[in-house]
Amino acid sequence: MNTSYHIRQNDSSRSQILDKRSRELRRTIVRMLQKSGRGHIGAALSLVEILRVLYDDVLNYDPRNPKLIDRDRCILSKGHGCMALYAVLEDKGYFPESELWKFCKIDGLLGGHPEIKVPGVEASTGSLGHGMGIGIGIALNAKYHKSKYRVFVVIGDGESNEGSVWEAAMCASKHSLENFTVIVDYNKYQSYGCTSEVLELEPLADKWKSFGFDVLEVDGHDVNQLKSAFSSRGNRPRSVICHTVKGCGIEFIENNLQWHHKNKVSDEELNALFEALKD
Amino acid sequence: MRETCLRMVYEIAKTDERVFFIGSDLGVGTLDQFKAEMPDRFFMEGIMEATIIGMAAGLAMEGKIVYVNTIATFITRRCFEQIVLDLCLHNVNVRLIGNGGGMVYAPLGPTHEAIEDIAIMRAIPNMTVTAPADADEMRRLMPLTVNHNGPIYIRLGKGYDPIVTTNDIPFEIGKVIPMRDGGDALIITTGISLKIALEAAEKLSQQELYVAVLHVPTIKPLDCDAILHYASMVPIVVTIEEHSVIGGLGSAIAELIAEANFNPAKRFKRIGIPDEFPDGYGSQAGLLDHYHINASELVSTVNRLAKAYE
Repeated sequence: MNTSYHIRQNDSSRSQILDKRSRELRRTIVRMLQKSGRGHIGAALSLVEILRVLYDDVLNYDPRNPKLIDRDRCILSKGHGCMALYAVLEDKGYFPESELWKFCKIDGLLGGHPEIKVPGVEASTGSLGHGMGIGIGIALNAKYHKSKYRVFVVIGDGESNEGSVWEAAMCASKHSLENFTVIVDYNKYQSYGCTSEVLELEPLADKWKSFGFDVLEVDGHDVNQLKSAFSSRGNRPRSVICHTVKGCGIEFIENNLQWHHKNKVSDEELNALFEALKD
Repeated sequence: MRETCLRMVYEIAKTDERVFFIGSDLGVGTLDQFKAEMPDRFFMEGIMEATIIGMAAGLAMEGKIVYVNTIATFITRRCFEQIVLDLCLHNVNVRLIGNGGGMVYAPLGPTHEAIEDIAIMRAIPNMTVTAPADADEMRRLMPLTVNHNGPIYIRLGKGYDPIVTTNDIPFEIGKVIPMRDGGDALIITTGISLKIALEAAEKLSQQELYVAVLHVPTIKPLDCDAILHYASMVPIVVTIEEHSVIGGLGSAIAELIAEANFNPAKRFKRIGIPDEFPDGYGSQAGLLDHYHINASELVSTVNRLAKAYE
């Protein structure tokens, strides 16, 4: 592994180096947690910069026309990270802010995993290992029509345990889908423990290379590195391995599996979460 | 039936640019003409059913009509979750063509025998489940699959199954086809067991038992009103199918009749594969006989129920 991108588990909180926009998106996620009392916050916080850069700097889309024919398609295959996606989509105007505060409520638009009824969501996900297959079909459609749009599929490291991920990798490579980019949110943790202990993924970059992908490794919280990796394209499918921190931005929940999914959050904890994200 | 089905896919594709085909490592030469004439819409992929279903869903989300073909067990069991989520939750226009429904692959053993495919496909919201009886009916079904909304499972027979259907009644997805009238009992069937039902009805008529036969080529959505209408006219209902007695046509009819609360109640029996993995090889016909999915069993069942009714 290229250690220059590896974020050590014992690094101190990165909250000090996150800029105002990254902190604001995280505050939105914490507010959703506050209102709903539940959510996969750890997985959402490792994703914030990945989605922020895609929607701020890379993707072609129109929130007023979510089905714009030549839009770039972004599928959040690790659907449990949806709080970050919702924060970004609302920020872009896909749906009203009030929906954020009804997250997981019976009368809300936004559930604990993304569904296509939500404007801006390309595929209903939640069960892991589905996004790449769907993304390949969409990318093949683009090739068939000689359309310029790109397909981005964001997967998790735990998700990479699924055999369907590697089936799909072979398939994307076979079809030389240069319009197809897999983004791996590599925060090194899954539900039970470290990915290295539950199911070792290393050598991850070598795996993707051997499956025929162009592979880039970046710091998944560095917006400049992400922008550069997502904006360029080669002549093969691409895998961008984003080294991230689970729960990034709030020191006491970083790499803390008690915060993989939360369904009881005390007022003290909420105060501490907001305190950590102060400008 | 398979040959007719795939030829129809080719013919449909020639006239409709939305039609794509995906196979999973099928036999050499499959749909060569499609591949030669429309290579951009023909995909022969590896043995990776999960990804193929996702890929079909992705194409369908972009407005394509995607026909996917492999062996019935693999296209239903292996990628069940992809069917549920990628196809049915998104309600996309993908057509799953399952080779060898039932015990067609008898010589190859239980890994290749689709005895629960109807049950599991029927349990998924948005899925349409069809089982034509012969190649002629397949020819009538396939053009209707083009503009049908949502996913469809098409269960194929062995091939060269005897032709028993006619085009007297226009084929409609979701509609039953009354094949024979009779007031003493009703046999309800689907797929290739229609032939068995017709044979049994003929034999029973020689015993002066007049039995109606209702063919149900669409198991889901079930043509409930019509089935209840025909059931209401007889005291005895017997179902027969090349499928487990759990979850298939027989179960669907039993659910319908139970909730209809007929008074007097119908005498009812399901004939199908018992709750076990088929043991033994041989041929489809041999296993059908082994499990008494045949005309003589139907004749004795109707007789037994008729006597009980007297």
